[in-house]
Amino acid sequence: MPEIHLDGLVKRYGTVEVLHGIDLRMEDNEFTVLVGPSGCGKSTTLRMIAGLESVSDGEIYIDGKPVSHLEPKDRDLAMVFQDYALYPHMNVAQNISFALRLMKRPKAEVAAKVRHVAEMVGLTEFLDRKPGALSGGQRQRVAMARALAKDSRIFLFDEPLSNLDAKLRGQMRAELALMSQRVEKNMIYVTHDQIEAMTLADRIVVMHGGYIQQQGTPEELFKRPANKFVAGFLGMPPMNFLNCEIEDRGGETFVVGSGFAVKLHGENANKVKSHGRRDLILGIRPSDLIFSTEARPEDSLTLDVKVSEYVGAQSVLMCECGGQTVTVELNSETPMTLGETLVFEVNPARVHLFDRESEKAL
Amino acid sequence: MATEVTSHAKTPRQASAWINRASPYMFIAPAVVIMFMALIYPLGYMIWGSFRDWDPSQTIGEAEFIGLKNYVTLWNDPNFLESLSVTLRFAFLCVSAEMVIGVGLALLLDRNIRGMSVLRTMFILPMMIAPVVVGLMWRYMYHPTVGTFNRFLEDIGLPKVDWLGQNALTSVIIADIWQWTPFIFILALAALQSLPRSALEAAKIDGATAWQQIWHIKIPLMMPVLIVTALLRLIDAFKVLEVILVLTEGGPGLSTEILALRISRTATEFRELGEAAAMSNYLLMILMLLTVSMFAFNKLQEIRAARVRMIAEEDA
Ligand SMILES: Nc1ncnc2c1ncn2[C@@H]1O[C@H](COP(=O)(O)OP(=O)(O)O)[C@@H](O)[C@H]1O
Ligand SMILES: [Mg+2]
Repeated sequence: MPEIHLDGLVKRYGTVEVLHGIDLRMEDNEFTVLVGPSGCGKSTTLRMIAGLESVSDGEIYIDGKPVSHLEPKDRDLAMVFQDYALYPHMNVAQNISFALRLMKRPKAEVAAKVRHVAEMVGLTEFLDRKPGALSGGQRQRVAMARALAKDSRIFLFDEPLSNLDAKLRGQMRAELALMSQRVEKNMIYVTHDQIEAMTLADRIVVMHGGYIQQQGTPEELFKRPANKFVAGFLGMPPMNFLNCEIEDRGGETFVVGSGFAVKLHGENANKVKSHGRRDLILGIRPSDLIFSTEARPEDSLTLDVKVSEYVGAQSVLMCECGGQTVTVELNSETPMTLGETLVFEVNPARVHLFDRESEKAL
Repeated sequence: MATEVTSHAKTPRQASAWINRASPYMFIAPAVVIMFMALIYPLGYMIWGSFRDWDPSQTIGEAEFIGLKNYVTLWNDPNFLESLSVTLRFAFLCVSAEMVIGVGLALLLDRNIRGMSVLRTMFILPMMIAPVVVGLMWRYMYHPTVGTFNRFLEDIGLPKVDWLGQNALTSVIIADIWQWTPFIFILALAALQSLPRSALEAAKIDGATAWQQIWHIKIPLMMPVLIVTALLRLIDAFKVLEVILVLTEGGPGLSTEILALRISRTATEFRELGEAAAMSNYLLMILMLLTVSMFAFNKLQEIRAARVRMIAEEDA
């Protein structure tokens, strides 16, 4: 429930700085997801909040109180580890109740709590098994149950689903989403998987290279990415990027690149005018390119189909547009042959423009 | 013609097949011969001798066969029983103290502070010194008047201690602890450093203090290694000879006469080869028991692990 505030958090290993001043505020009852590619510093950030890594610079505040000098046990938090980190010599019930037993809670209370959380995650039949005798998914549930049993106010997850197979991961993701609605805690969830981030988060924090790139609701980040990295990281298949120049054609603003010339409308045209620089990057999500036979040329891309990946109702097509690769989606029933040239209509309101130098959104 | 060719080819092929099958045994043969000469023959000789009333001036064939009499005599010999008791006390006290100190040190030094590797290396030095040298060193330090300990006690105004006299067994035990704690320290440290790190981190988050981490997580997870280490040390402690020989020669009286010493005295001083052999066999039985229990423990661990794996696979 508490508010967590990271203030200029820096982490150095020896002389190597891996986090360069992280500023972040996590409100009550919020499900925050830290997402980014491997090695960007998500785990380090989380482990600093947990107290498992020392803070090199900056401060962590929980409910306004600085905590970076406190031991993990004095921060009132629970954590689910990527490798589950179960106690191999204890059975499931003992694993779940370890924290409660350390707090010297009455036996009856501990037993009731164990039963309650075991039911919640569906482990009731396995209470007297050792972790070695459980499958990956069951171990994952034990880790979850152990964290739940503690009743702490902050809940930390470090890639809790990444060791599961795809089907189980989807199922656990759904269960987690349900749980997060029922449990009133401040949850911080680390993952490299943008789908987990999009489905679970109240707020996504995208990290890259030890910096926060952008934070906001999943919708905000998807619709208004702050830079090219965020735009390319969220969304599947990823956004297409095309190098382009700005051109005035009879009072209208066009973005022109090899093989295409697309007219800009409204807000986008104004942004480009006030920006000044003429070399930009055009970003269009595959979902904003619609196959069309009657699109006007200034609102469309003409693409040569190179590769088609059948993934069910939709096929993903790798196409070429003047030497640059463009990914589009197409209804699998549409008749089409490789090498054919197709026209896709661009949704003008959903076009993204980035400065080519700084890669920031206009 | 065709049959002739095949029968022709058959003989050399058979021969080479025979050589193929025999070659492993040929390679093992030297080892078997050496093992027989070095292990089985002396062992059989000792067992055979233990059933005879055997004087060193006789060949084993001339000695009179007396069945189990040597074993029975020993069992009624208070000196042997005293020696057995000294050995047991020595072994168990040494190993208990060494386990506590060795594991304690390992828990204390299992951290990454600068200079820790130097410290660790220094800790294991005693183990590398030859036992006779250890004996001589400690004999000097225990010396009643010029020894390090008594001079120190005198300097700080405390009464002297009769180290190798009245407190001989304790003194001998202290020397053994000094020499062999490092062995346990190294193995315990290795066990500690191979513990799953994240389980310890989980324990920290679950609210375990440093003591609770040691007690609830580290020690239980190290236990398999610790048990084997303790058994290994026990086996060794039952056979100790040099340090005690140099320090006290078993005295004063019988107070530090461990079995190994008594066996050698029975053979050389009392000229009772048969009895000495029987005594050796008693010692051998104790050691066998320890060895077998060590292997049994390892086997048990394997079986348990296999059963756990099986349950997991049945579910999946
Ligand atoms: N103990 C360490 N010593 C040195 N560098 C480390 C250590 N732990 C992590 N790093 C570095 O810090 C960076 C961030 O790591 P981490 O937070 O684990 O990334 P991720 O986002 O994949 O969880 C990586 O470049 C990693 O190499
Ligand atoms: Mg990580």
